[in-house]
Amino acid sequence: MSIFNPTRRGLIQTGVVAGAGLALPTYLRADSHAGFTNAPAGDTVTLGFNVPQTGPYADEGADELRAFELAVEHLNGEGDGGMMQTFSSKALEGNGIMGKKVAYVTGDTQTKSDAARASAKSMIEKDGAIMISGGSSSGVAVAVQSLCQETGVVFMAGLTHSNDTTGKDKKANGFRHFFNAYMSAAALAPVLKQLYGEDRSAYHLTADYTWGWTQQESIQAATEALGWSTINDVRTPLAATDFSSYIAPVLNSGADVLILNHYGGNMVNSLTNAVQFGLRDKQVNGKNFEIVVPLYSELMARGAGENITGIVGSQNWDWKLENEKGERYAGTNAFVKSFGEKYGFPPSQAAQTCYAQTLLYADAVARGGSFNPCSVGEALEGFEFDGLGNGPTLYRAGDHQCFKDVLVVRGKENPENEYDLVEIVEVTPADQVTYEVDHPMFAGGDLGQCNPGA
Amino acid sequence: MLGLDKKDTLMLLVVTALVVFAPILLNPFPAESSMAQFNAGYPDLMQRFVIFGILAIGFNILFGLTGYLSFGHAAFLGVGSYSAVWMMKLLTMNVIPAILLSVIVAGLFSVLIGYISLRRSGIYFSILTLAFAQMSFNLAYSVLTPITNGETGLQITLNDPRILDGANAPAYPNLFGAQMNEATTLFFGGWSFTFSVGYYLCGIIMLLSFYLSIRIFRSPFGMMLRAVKSNQQRMNYTGLNTKPYTLAAFVISGMYAGLAGGLLASMDPLAGAERMQWTASGEVVLMTILGGAGTLIGPILGAGFIKYFENIFSKINEATLEAWFAFLPAGLEDFVVAIIYPFVGKGWHLTLGLLFMLVVIFLPGGLVEGGQRVAKLFRRRDRQTTDAEPDTTRQGQIPPAE
Repeated sequence: MSIFNPTRRGLIQTGVVAGAGLALPTYLRADSHAGFTNAPAGDTVTLGFNVPQTGPYADEGADELRAFELAVEHLNGEGDGGMMQTFSSKALEGNGIMGKKVAYVTGDTQTKSDAARASAKSMIEKDGAIMISGGSSSGVAVAVQSLCQETGVVFMAGLTHSNDTTGKDKKANGFRHFFNAYMSAAALAPVLKQLYGEDRSAYHLTADYTWGWTQQESIQAATEALGWSTINDVRTPLAATDFSSYIAPVLNSGADVLILNHYGGNMVNSLTNAVQFGLRDKQVNGKNFEIVVPLYSELMARGAGENITGIVGSQNWDWKLENEKGERYAGTNAFVKSFGEKYGFPPSQAAQTCYAQTLLYADAVARGGSFNPCSVGEALEGFEFDGLGNGPTLYRAGDHQCFKDVLVVRGKENPENEYDLVEIVEVTPADQVTYEVDHPMFAGGDLGQCNPGA
Repeated sequence: MLGLDKKDTLMLLVVTALVVFAPILLNPFPAESSMAQFNAGYPDLMQRFVIFGILAIGFNILFGLTGYLSFGHAAFLGVGSYSAVWMMKLLTMNVIPAILLSVIVAGLFSVLIGYISLRRSGIYFSILTLAFAQMSFNLAYSVLTPITNGETGLQITLNDPRILDGANAPAYPNLFGAQMNEATTLFFGGWSFTFSVGYYLCGIIMLLSFYLSIRIFRSPFGMMLRAVKSNQQRMNYTGLNTKPYTLAAFVISGMYAGLAGGLLASMDPLAGAERMQWTASGEVVLMTILGGAGTLIGPILGAGFIKYFENIFSKINEATLEAWFAFLPAGLEDFVVAIIYPFVGKGWHLTLGLLFMLVVIFLPGGLVEGGQRVAKLFRRRDRQTTDAEPDTTRQGQIPPAE
């Protein structure tokens, strides 16, 4: 007998087995234990740190992981307490979170949405993580944030800079401390005008995913408002490592500014390519050719070496902030001290945002008196705090985005040491980078209801 | 039973039992013990086991039977995922239409690619399929961004139309109301076992596909495919046109891949372009060869093996290792950790590569051959050894490279 000629008996038997199989799921219902997903039992609570350990953002991921480990140490009352000493809220006592010792699991997002979700899922399903943090790619952050919304745990975004994370793709269970593309553009525009004038034509190279798209859109809108023109916008794949074929057309395009909407390893490579092609020594339209990197970090500056000299960009935070700009940024030095003592070098902005997010989560649990994501959300919404290194900060209720001062920085001419590569040009106050919840660049999403899960 | 001979029935029953009791079998260590690290019985990983099992079963119909080595199967997986997510965005969150559409679209897509690629055989066929897969990946990654959402991945949102769903319909993939992420956890002393709806749906579909694959293996059609593998030229000389057979095998195998993709999207409603990348295609080939190409159960074993490594070994970090070897003196502990660390965590590929080499060198028939050798040790000597190797002897050892 072949599969094309079933017997009557064979057909009936197959049907019965298939029918029984299909009926099976109706007997498998979730038992409705009250409360929320992964309610911590026993005397420990598990947090999941999901960072890129491979791929273009691996350096940032490694630094984020260091910060998470430090934060867990401080929450458990080990070490010197870091920013817990300067944090304006005093709900944390150094005895874990609400008396439960903090444990953590780590995972590799590989800077891929699929892998990141698989990793986060195993943290939630297998290790019982009650909160997921991490990021370093907005594509990943958006994907993991929606997973956390579906499963009913809290997502404390790490480094994610796309407008979409708290715009189009915002979720009630997700919170972002880091700044975003719109804020970068708003802070950069006045400085660009002052440095390079109002008559410029820009050529964009843009990482081809959610962050690149919104970063490019924001900076284009901000520079065009200054009177600049936009010559072209070329999308480059995130996984690219050689950008020469994208840089070559810039030379004869008539543009006199190159805007690299790249981050991490991408930016290091594209900037190096651009310098190799002699863009920085070029004169176009009687003006010096300039390169702008909207999102900047010390780690990238280190990767790019001397190519970074004089290049302007924006940052969320810098380890020299309190020394240079004073008391307002209290917490910075405390954090740099304990990070430096543990690892031997100053932290990056990725590390700072991840450390702050972990503390903010723990604090929100302690103030709300419960690990329930809805209680955490309530405690964080509209929360005003200070002493985490960024000055006075607001967690806005409408979109779960933090509002704080933004730094405009420039690659230093003569760095004193390998960690002092960036100089702070200006600190843009939070008011200047604030926007409405329904701003067109952030429209189209809905927070929805907080989901405590099963 | 069901038109199978005794041996195949037994195998089907064993696989069924494994699938049904997987949540218990894969969680052999108590949840609080330090060995819990090696437990694999959580829904997401079990779903991956069976879904990639389906993918490998389908791939084996092409590779194991006809010997045509396709390096582009991830493209069908990806196409299936995208169709399924679009179905969930536009029609309904019920997974049935999503899965059906993913199979159909992958089938059509494989007719197209198969028709062109099958004009060549051997390495040229492999290169053609690889080229098509890489092309699909790049299309999904950058060109077709409005359809695929590029690197970010296609996701469902609250304001998708979903014309068949009412206002109160669940916002998560479901089967007539039973949501895929619903699960019941049973506690048994220190052990905990999680039974999830999504896993059992995948499991049932996997069993059906497995049954279908047994029937294909044992049918005259399967015999014809094996003839293609052993000597296609001779068949052509006898006046037989083999193209319809190879194309049919290719399309069936592509539909299996589409089914796997659709299930993947039903369990977790997101489709990313990475699952079409050539590394994903290579993974299927690895699964099949590791488990035993041309054997019925081999590909499933291979799929489970690779997914276990990817999800369990990659999560062992330095702190875990230090905890394990804390009993050693300080200097020795650092040394042992430094030796082992490159092979776990993000170095899991290295371990997998080494194991793959060992299997290919010492067990050319894959894990199945390993199992048979072990079984032979326990068997009485006077038994005929041919009995113990039903699959490898019947179907030839490894496919010739043409």
